[in-house]
Amino acid sequence: MSVAQFEAVESSAVSPQEAAGGLGRDALRRLRRSPTAIVGAVLVTLFVLVAVFAPLLAPYEPNFQRLDLIRPGVYPGPSSEFLLGLDQLGRDELSRIIYGARYSLLIGVVSLTLGAAVGIALGLLAGAFGGWVDSLVMRIVDVMLAIPSLLLAIGVAALLGRSITSVMIAIAVVNVPIFARLLRGSMLAQRRSDYALAARSLGVPRSRIVLQHVLPNSLSPVIVQGTLALATAIIEAAGLAYLGLGSADPSIPEWGRMLADTQNSLATAPLLALWPGLAIVLSVMGFYLLGEALREALDPKLRR
Amino acid sequence: MLKFAVRRLLLLVPILLGLSILVFLFVRALPGGPETALLGERSTPERAAAVRAAYGLDRPVYEQYGSYMGKVVQGDFGVSIQTQQPVSDEIKRRFPATVELASAAILFAVVVGIPLGFVAGRRPGSWVDNTSTVGSLLGIAIPVFALGFLLKYVFAVRLGWLPGTGRQDVTITTEHPTGFYVLDGILTGDLPAAWDALKHLVLPAIALGTIPLAIITRITRAAVQEVSNEDFVRTAEAKGMTKQVVTRRHILRNAMLPVATIIGLQTGLLLSGAILTETVFAFGGMGSFMAAAVFTRDFPVIQGGILFLAVVFVLVNLLVDLSYGIIDPRVRTS
Repeated sequence: MSVAQFEAVESSAVSPQEAAGGLGRDALRRLRRSPTAIVGAVLVTLFVLVAVFAPLLAPYEPNFQRLDLIRPGVYPGPSSEFLLGLDQLGRDELSRIIYGARYSLLIGVVSLTLGAAVGIALGLLAGAFGGWVDSLVMRIVDVMLAIPSLLLAIGVAALLGRSITSVMIAIAVVNVPIFARLLRGSMLAQRRSDYALAARSLGVPRSRIVLQHVLPNSLSPVIVQGTLALATAIIEAAGLAYLGLGSADPSIPEWGRMLADTQNSLATAPLLALWPGLAIVLSVMGFYLLGEALREALDPKLRR
Repeated sequence: MLKFAVRRLLLLVPILLGLSILVFLFVRALPGGPETALLGERSTPERAAAVRAAYGLDRPVYEQYGSYMGKVVQGDFGVSIQTQQPVSDEIKRRFPATVELASAAILFAVVVGIPLGFVAGRRPGSWVDNTSTVGSLLGIAIPVFALGFLLKYVFAVRLGWLPGTGRQDVTITTEHPTGFYVLDGILTGDLPAAWDALKHLVLPAIALGTIPLAIITRITRAAVQEVSNEDFVRTAEAKGMTKQVVTRRHILRNAMLPVATIIGLQTGLLLSGAILTETVFAFGGMGSFMAAAVFTRDFPVIQGGILFLAVVFVLVNLLVDLSYGIIDPRVRTS
């Protein structure tokens, strides 16, 4: 074995402290080594940075209009003045894409937080109490899952009227049964584990077993689902916008809406469909890759 | 096996009951009733009240629910407010379109996804593996309707290879005994009609099938990789069995179990994608029909359609669970 090879083995060997670390630290260590995680994290960081610093990055205001430069069916393409060209209303496409990141992030985060909060509460109820509480909660979840998710979202959005808020609530409602079922399943598996039994035999009260032992150990799949839910939120929001259930205000630069609005100018300005499409694909891919990497990192079976 | 199936079917009863109450309350909570959609600007309070009375919407909700369920049990879902046709007839006409589309999409996903995932799983790091990984990632990340646009623009508008809207050319007048247009063409001996319906299916099926394709490829790849490392595969190889036999009997069969689960789950999820795909390609199925019903406040259609789709969804999942027994003998005995 050459020195270099030996050093390589040495540096990749796990130090005792590292090995003794909890699942969280172990997962972080594995995430840093996974190319999937790195690509995902880079995409997500970029997306969040663009959203946060949109006013600094965008060359124009999202609703700055140059009506003098457009004619029906003719929209100037990329130029040095407008890097991605002008949209159907003579607005700078690049600035709208940049500001659009804010809406996608907002929709994703709010719908995830709402949906996960209600879903986790329901899952916790079912997983902690079992028995008839579990049956009742799970039947509710079954009913929600029996409706195709987009139809459910359409229903909620129709109920609340056209706005970004109702899109967020609609996607949150779709998330509720997914989180509830996931947490409940994961908690049921943990409740039967030896450490839960050990805690019970030591006389630890049930509420403490559930909240301090079972719940933290059941959260891994929920965290992974959370990342994936951010990806689906962007896609679902785009779908709702296409069906005419997004925001009624055309000045809001939401990617799904921008993409849906291009369907009539596809033949004359196909690039206008490309940009929001690309923005959606890249951000969804970022969250998806990160979620996949998290799933692998948090899987105790793959732990070394 | 039979006991299991019956128990699962019985479980459907409380789900449907809960769902029917939920949907019933939901449609009545929608802002603006069918009278708004029907009368539009001609609406006056008197006219609106007359429409509501005509559809029994002026009665107490529990009374409406009672009489509705009484009819549903007899298979009568009421009459669509928009088309004035019985809802059951509308479903009979449109559901085959969705089934045809969904089957074509799943077929596309399975026929392409399993071999692709298999090759990728057997040769990790090869160009097939890398291409399929990137491709499936793209497939998941593209919104269904955007992919629909793209396919329609390239293959229907630009190249003109395939039709981009509808289920069949309007000039074709064949009878439709089953409602499945491809099958109808074959049954009636009108092969050009079947061929035309098939051509109309290609683009929507690819648009709808891309997400399941991506997921099936990934799951097959992971499953094949895991099974290939099992001891029994090594033993089989050590026994001197041919590569073909090991592949077919030991690897593929065991790897198909998680794949079957995913196919089932995806079949259920297809309905969501079908709403968008059917809208993009003006493919007159259940999905676009239901979405339109929500907009026009067509209460009987929303109620009947959701109940019907829920039954289909649960039945599909039941079939998937039963198929485990066929693939995996261990499930059969336990």
